[in-house]
Amino acid sequence: MSTPLLEIKDLHVYFKVYEGILKVLSGVDFRVEKKKKVGLIGETGCGKTTTMKAIMRILPALSARIPKGKILFEGKDILEMNSRDLQKVRRRNISIVFQDPTAALNPVFKVGEQLADVIKYSRKEGGTSLSEKEIKAEAVRLLKEVALPDPERIMENYPVQLSGGMRQRICIAMALASANDLLIADEPGTSLDVTIEDQILRLLKRLVEERDTSIVLISHALGAVRGLVDRVYVMYAGNMVEVSDTEDLFSDPLHPYARGLLRAVPKLTGGGIAEGIRGRIPDYLNPPEGCRFFPRCDYAMPICEKNQPPFFNHGNKHEVACFLYQR
Amino acid sequence: MRSLSSRRWKAIRKGWYKFSKSPLSIIGLAVVLLVMFLAVFANYVAPYPGHAEFFVDFARASEPPGWTNLCGTDEMGRDVLSRVFFGFRYSLMMAVVVLALVVPPGVVLGLVAGYFRGMWRSTVIMRITDIFISVPALILALSICSVLTPSVFNAMMAVSLMWWPWYCRLVYGVTSSLRNEFFVQAAEVTGAGTFHMLFREILPNCLATILTKMTLDVGWVILIGASLSFVGLGAQPPTPDLGTMVADGAKYLPDQWWISIFPAVAIVFVILGFNLLGDGVRDLFATEEI
Amino acid sequence: MNPFPISLMRRLGLTILVLLGLSILIFTIARVLPGDPALMALGPRAPDWAVQRLREQLHLNDPLYVQYYYWLRDALQGNLGESLVTRRNVASDIMEFFPATLELVLFAAIIDVVFAISLGVLAGRYANTWFDNLVRVVSYIGVAVPAFVFAIIFLLIFGYFLDIMPTAGRLTPGIAYPPTITGLLTVDALFAGRLDVLGDALWHLVLPGVALALGCIAQEARITRSSVVENLNKDYILSATSHGIPERTIMLKYLLKPSLIPTVSIMALDIASLIAMSFLVELIFNWPGFSRYGIVAMLRKDLNAIVGVVMMVGLVYALVNILVDALVAYLDPRIRMAERAK
Repeated sequence: MSTPLLEIKDLHVYFKVYEGILKVLSGVDFRVEKKKKVGLIGETGCGKTTTMKAIMRILPALSARIPKGKILFEGKDILEMNSRDLQKVRRRNISIVFQDPTAALNPVFKVGEQLADVIKYSRKEGGTSLSEKEIKAEAVRLLKEVALPDPERIMENYPVQLSGGMRQRICIAMALASANDLLIADEPGTSLDVTIEDQILRLLKRLVEERDTSIVLISHALGAVRGLVDRVYVMYAGNMVEVSDTEDLFSDPLHPYARGLLRAVPKLTGGGIAEGIRGRIPDYLNPPEGCRFFPRCDYAMPICEKNQPPFFNHGNKHEVACFLYQR
Repeated sequence: MRSLSSRRWKAIRKGWYKFSKSPLSIIGLAVVLLVMFLAVFANYVAPYPGHAEFFVDFARASEPPGWTNLCGTDEMGRDVLSRVFFGFRYSLMMAVVVLALVVPPGVVLGLVAGYFRGMWRSTVIMRITDIFISVPALILALSICSVLTPSVFNAMMAVSLMWWPWYCRLVYGVTSSLRNEFFVQAAEVTGAGTFHMLFREILPNCLATILTKMTLDVGWVILIGASLSFVGLGAQPPTPDLGTMVADGAKYLPDQWWISIFPAVAIVFVILGFNLLGDGVRDLFATEEI
Repeated sequence: MNPFPISLMRRLGLTILVLLGLSILIFTIARVLPGDPALMALGPRAPDWAVQRLREQLHLNDPLYVQYYYWLRDALQGNLGESLVTRRNVASDIMEFFPATLELVLFAAIIDVVFAISLGVLAGRYANTWFDNLVRVVSYIGVAVPAFVFAIIFLLIFGYFLDIMPTAGRLTPGIAYPPTITGLLTVDALFAGRLDVLGDALWHLVLPGVALALGCIAQEARITRSSVVENLNKDYILSATSHGIPERTIMLKYLLKPSLIPTVSIMALDIASLIAMSFLVELIFNWPGFSRYGIVAMLRKDLNAIVGVVMMVGLVYALVNILVDALVAYLDPRIRMAERAK
């Protein structure tokens, strides 16, 4: 098997806060192959965004600690990289599209200028130095690629003058400008209308297919993920609990949490009221010793209380971190 | 009045816990309490309480700080430290009087102006407020004091006259932004009267801002009071006002520096205390972000 | 840009209204409260008939609004009455002394802006380090010490104990003033090519200017610092970092501009306090400015001068407010857009 594009091994991320230490990520394993589309689902607060921020090394410096783990990009550990290499990864290889496009754009600068700067430094890293006109032309081209009408006019606008959908597209354009290999889309469209969200997701699908880029699509909406990705990770409270090809997960969810998630989706055709999962996500200050889903799990066994389950293989590239599936 | 319910007690205890987390706020509180104590009990605590008002002892005049007079004596032989304690009394008294006179009308007018925004009542109130705010506070205070006979009382009246608009404007801002909140409209729909709206719905939401401003304002009022008496438009000698003492002592700089410097330090001390306390109060009411 | 002139016009109209109201206020205060202005003007030993005649001349026997009318009519023509102290036209007095105060306040404002922003940004960037804590402590003290106390302390230390800085006036006695173009000694000296005068004038500006500026620097540095700290964790900064924008560009461009907005909003009030405090500081340093003229007028109950000075301050402050608001609107396009939407 060739080197995966991105591989996270046993990543631990803690946050030092006033009350103590928030042990948010306690051993995350994640893998994205070249040119593959991977989804990441999980409820709010489970650590999806933290994981992605860790990849780009934009966690808050004062409070975040990474006591353990590796993040390998094409074999090299991002966490150990010097600033030059890190800069290259940021400018050429990986990008994040943030969840809230309004917050992700600087409100006091024109969007064209922000996009232009990203292009400028990305190209600089690649060895070419573009003139202002060339940068502007490239910016217009990118805006057209994300299906924005009248790019020249939009570039002269401030974020406050644009709609949510437009802002999201601009963020995508910026991400495209600085990522040739991997695009991380953190809940794109969550803050927008469902119709716009749908458009954005379709756009992303088209873009990554055209560019042959890998994508990590984060969402807490299962349906959104299903239509777009080939492989899905399910995350709960700072751990990956299940990973499989998309259809395998939806047809045969193994982990009790994943099952609960899929049961919780209301169905348009019959079925009555959807069931929720009892309980709530654990307190990261004092997380459970063993499996973090243990307090909420209907299938809990004594072994689950004290031991964190590793991934078990359940055939056909379907893995699940649950002692139920221990051989 | 209802007795404090257990929920309120809990809120107070929680508030205190939060407040006590910040060492600076505690220092501020300590300083303020100390100054209050000295001001109230000056007669008993000051080493030479008789020196506060008219007193002369030229034999002991202009002595540098020493064991008998910790902060030295001034040109009339009066103990500087004792006078500083009494000076705190005048400063605090001014702050209390001014705020007591200023806050109620200012708040009420602000509530009215904010609630009836767009109507002539509101416009008139706010234009008048704008007029008083159109010059820096100190200058207006100086002008008013300059045409009156200089005295502590007149200084207090002058400062009160030009201080109320700031509260009016503050409360106006909060009220007008709250005006369109749903809870206000909900109360209106159920037929709540104006009095109820203003005082039972909107005012409680302004309290945090008002209290913070009041605490910080004590420092400002003391500053303006000291500035007024520094130029001679406030308290008159022999009243032991801190500003007057700095001004009088300034004549004897640099040789008898203690006459001027200790009152100056006292001014800084009390303002600093209220500023720290005010910051603590403000942080107390600020919502916490994770 | 269409809406901008309209809101500016509305603003100016409002300002004029407010200044008019201010004139009524201060006029009423000056006429209603004190004793007999005519008596004050002529002195206590003036004969009765002279006092009565002056009262006629000054319309003092007329109702208040008539008096105001006369005052306003004169004022709009530039006549603010006569000063009791200098016996000259108040308006020309103000014009003569104004540049000195302008120079002092501008100097203080420039020092304020430069230091407040640099200290604030650095403290924010290096938050929670020793530097930040030092800035915080210094700023607490700076806010608590009134400008006149700073003035006295500086005078004491640098003027007397160390004897390295001048203690009064704008220029060392003996040095010739440069030909007056603006009235600002530094600028005039520059135009005249007299660099020695420029240096001397600047040297004289330092102590009073710094005494005035310190309180403002303290407050603005704190606000800048917390603004920087707050914005450092904003998504748009993280996003810029994740796209590989160099740190220097982020700090000096993408972080600085939004962080300055709260600071600039405060600046109007701070400049107000600069003007106000100059009234005391000019007294201490014997600075021949219009603030000292004003405070002397107030001490001597020079009514016409008091009214004139207060109106002048009101006018200047109104202009400052408009300028600051324009600056904030420039910095924050959201405000501009909100204006347009109206």
